[in-house]
Amino acid sequence: MIFNAPQPTLSVSDIRIGMRGSELIKGVSFDVHPGQVVALVGESGSGKTMIGRAVLRLLPDVIRPTSGDILYHGTSILSLSQRRMRALRGEKIGMVFQEPLVSLNPAMRIGRQMAEAMRLHTSLSPAEIRERSIAMLRRIQISDPEACLAAYPHQFSGGMRQRIMLASVMLLRPDLLIADEPTTALDTLSQLEVLETMMDLTRDVGTSVLLITHNLGLVAKYADYVVVLKQGEVVEAGPTRDILDNPQREYTRRLIESVPTRDPHQPQLSHDGRPSILEARNVVLSYDQGTALWARRPRKQVLRDVSLAIAPGEIVAVVGGSGSGKTTLGRAMLRLQDIDAGQILYNGQDVARRADRQLGDFRRKCQIVFQDPFSSLDPRMRVGAIVAEALRHERGLSARQRRERTEQVLSEVGLADYRRRYPHELSGGQRQRVAIARAIVSQPDVIVADEPISALDMTIQKQVLELFERLQRERGFACIFISHDLAAVQQVAQRIIVMENGTIVEEGPCDAVFENPQHEYTRRLLAASPMLARPSETRGNEKREEPVNE
Amino acid sequence: MFARLNLIFGGILGSVVLGMALLALVWTPASPVAIDPINRLSGPIPGHLFGTDEFGRDILSRIMTGAWTSLSVAFLTVAFAVICGSAIGLLTGFYRGWFDRIAMLLNDALLAFPGILLALGIVAIIGPSKYGIIIALGIAYTPKVIRIVRGTVLSLRQKEFVEASRALGNGSVFTMLRHVLPNSFAPIAVLATSLFGWVILAESALSFLGLGVPPPAATWGNMLSAARPHLSTAPWMSIIPGGFIALTLLSINLLGDALRDWLDPRM
Repeated sequence: MIFNAPQPTLSVSDIRIGMRGSELIKGVSFDVHPGQVVALVGESGSGKTMIGRAVLRLLPDVIRPTSGDILYHGTSILSLSQRRMRALRGEKIGMVFQEPLVSLNPAMRIGRQMAEAMRLHTSLSPAEIRERSIAMLRRIQISDPEACLAAYPHQFSGGMRQRIMLASVMLLRPDLLIADEPTTALDTLSQLEVLETMMDLTRDVGTSVLLITHNLGLVAKYADYVVVLKQGEVVEAGPTRDILDNPQREYTRRLIESVPTRDPHQPQLSHDGRPSILEARNVVLSYDQGTALWARRPRKQVLRDVSLAIAPGEIVAVVGGSGSGKTTLGRAMLRLQDIDAGQILYNGQDVARRADRQLGDFRRKCQIVFQDPFSSLDPRMRVGAIVAEALRHERGLSARQRRERTEQVLSEVGLADYRRRYPHELSGGQRQRVAIARAIVSQPDVIVADEPISALDMTIQKQVLELFERLQRERGFACIFISHDLAAVQQVAQRIIVMENGTIVEEGPCDAVFENPQHEYTRRLLAASPMLARPSETRGNEKREEPVNE
Repeated sequence: MFARLNLIFGGILGSVVLGMALLALVWTPASPVAIDPINRLSGPIPGHLFGTDEFGRDILSRIMTGAWTSLSVAFLTVAFAVICGSAIGLLTGFYRGWFDRIAMLLNDALLAFPGILLALGIVAIIGPSKYGIIIALGIAYTPKVIRIVRGTVLSLRQKEFVEASRALGNGSVFTMLRHVLPNSFAPIAVLATSLFGWVILAESALSFLGLGVPPPAATWGNMLSAARPHLSTAPWMSIIPGGFIALTLLSINLLGDALRDWLDPRM
């Protein structure tokens, strides 16, 4: 590992990229030295992905570099012929994309996809290719490599898919790996696994990594050098520790602040025997998996005997990896999904088996905020109408009162003048505010927030979370906050429920769970959570070896 | 910008054709059924601007009266197919269940027939008349509409905003009409415009087989089929009705695109 060797693996010098006359990247420069991990950090729209793609010349035709250069081992990538560029892609420069669901071909077996690049770039025999694939899968600790080669992508979880993707990219031992938000679509535990795998494999081969991300928490742990981008310009660049401990610019500071830090909590309200407002009692839920060719497949157990009570005004976080049943629990408690056995008690009354029209006040008083603000709002309705619709079942409200309530709530969430807009005109954060407005306008007792911030940028996450907290304080609704992100949870929740595999494995006041996790799974979740240690506590042991001068 | 052009050109063409059809209700240059034996199969001459057909009838007048028949047949057929198809597609796609299964089984069976064959069978039963054709073609094209609407509805009902509506306490009928139906307008509008073209052509094919609107009433379709034996000697007989069919289709397609853009809040 040579830090200041004469020639960097990749050198981006004053690159400018434009589309139809407007400049999207305004002169960005940085170097990636052999074996180094460099992070490009910024919010969506900062141009970080575009730079990653420019290195592989994978930009759409209308977007092209206007000046500057990208040098790979001293040769300009921008002036290479298509042919030589193709030889470079995959073999010398590997790329991993954000969505493993999309970047693996769903109709191709894993084995063939892994072999594809080797067939293209090497002259190995099929037997050798197979052997290497198996060795690689074993290296990343896939339990049955041979079965894996014969399987299709959909048979694996997102994290597994991403690791397989990494494995097949790293098979060719590229000397530069471009990872574009490789873990954004994953839950916290899988994120850690994927990143560890990535660091392991690249360290083996001595591959340099260009890590593109919006998440500074990741950067703190893995990157040697950070380049902070904003709207196509470098805001700040430097060794990771310097940037994190001593950010020079306001923007960087804001990015860092939006990563939750572990702070002991203020004294909390506890669940002190008040009657619960909403309660799940011994809930069992399973999915019909449909029929196989002949026999009926066994039902998939999603919730196994789960009980959870929420007191008025309390915020309970439900945490767990994907597939733990946390989302299903939230939906079951709102009667959006029917349960097999058990009770759902609202104000002491069992609503589990009531038909929709007999639910009465329940629907109005128990609301939901969905994860994806892009699909939870009707694209054909204006913001005002979307929010006002929640008041349809409010009795004795004139059209004018309805409009006033809508306007008032919209201004409470900071969207006072957005009544006439359509959802597609809003940003992700603004849309989520609309969804929150819709949920609170009927003055509910309970809100289930199903991963309300996971689809948003880090800085926006923070704003939405703060808004949510403020509204909860002012309006006093109880809240079930479902999340895979422990860091976000500890900021808002008073009590934490940890779920794994359809059961509650740990439950307790927020701080107790954070300070002293009892269950193995909770400990793993905590360890995987990307939180910034405050400057005083350094995490040197998790970083790569310090570069040594030769 | 392009949406504007669609609307302008489609609108101009459409109103010319429609105006002509409406004018024919009160006035035509000559009687569409009056025979002028001396000028049989004549090209454009004074008194017969578009020439005459094999009986010496004035083609312009027949085009004008035919426009009304063809347009009204096409419009009513499309309306029939779109209304029935959307209703069935919406209900089956939204509620699923055994009703959906049976309806789709029947629908697939109907889709297996070419539309024109199905219409032929139905006309044979009902008997050839203007309304017979409308019902026959309407039934023949309904399965296509059902398929497309149901497919759209199936994907829409999975969307979170539909679930959000349920979480607000809205009934299923309200959710279906307020959230699902409006969001399936775009594919329905596109389908309706292309159906319009198919229907005009299908009507002419039926007329060609002698099962269309019975003579001596003129439709563009039966004018076209009557022109076939004289294609080499009197080409205007087929060019003129054919041209009007083409212009009408163009105008409908342009208007359809404009309608789709107008319905889409994102445009």
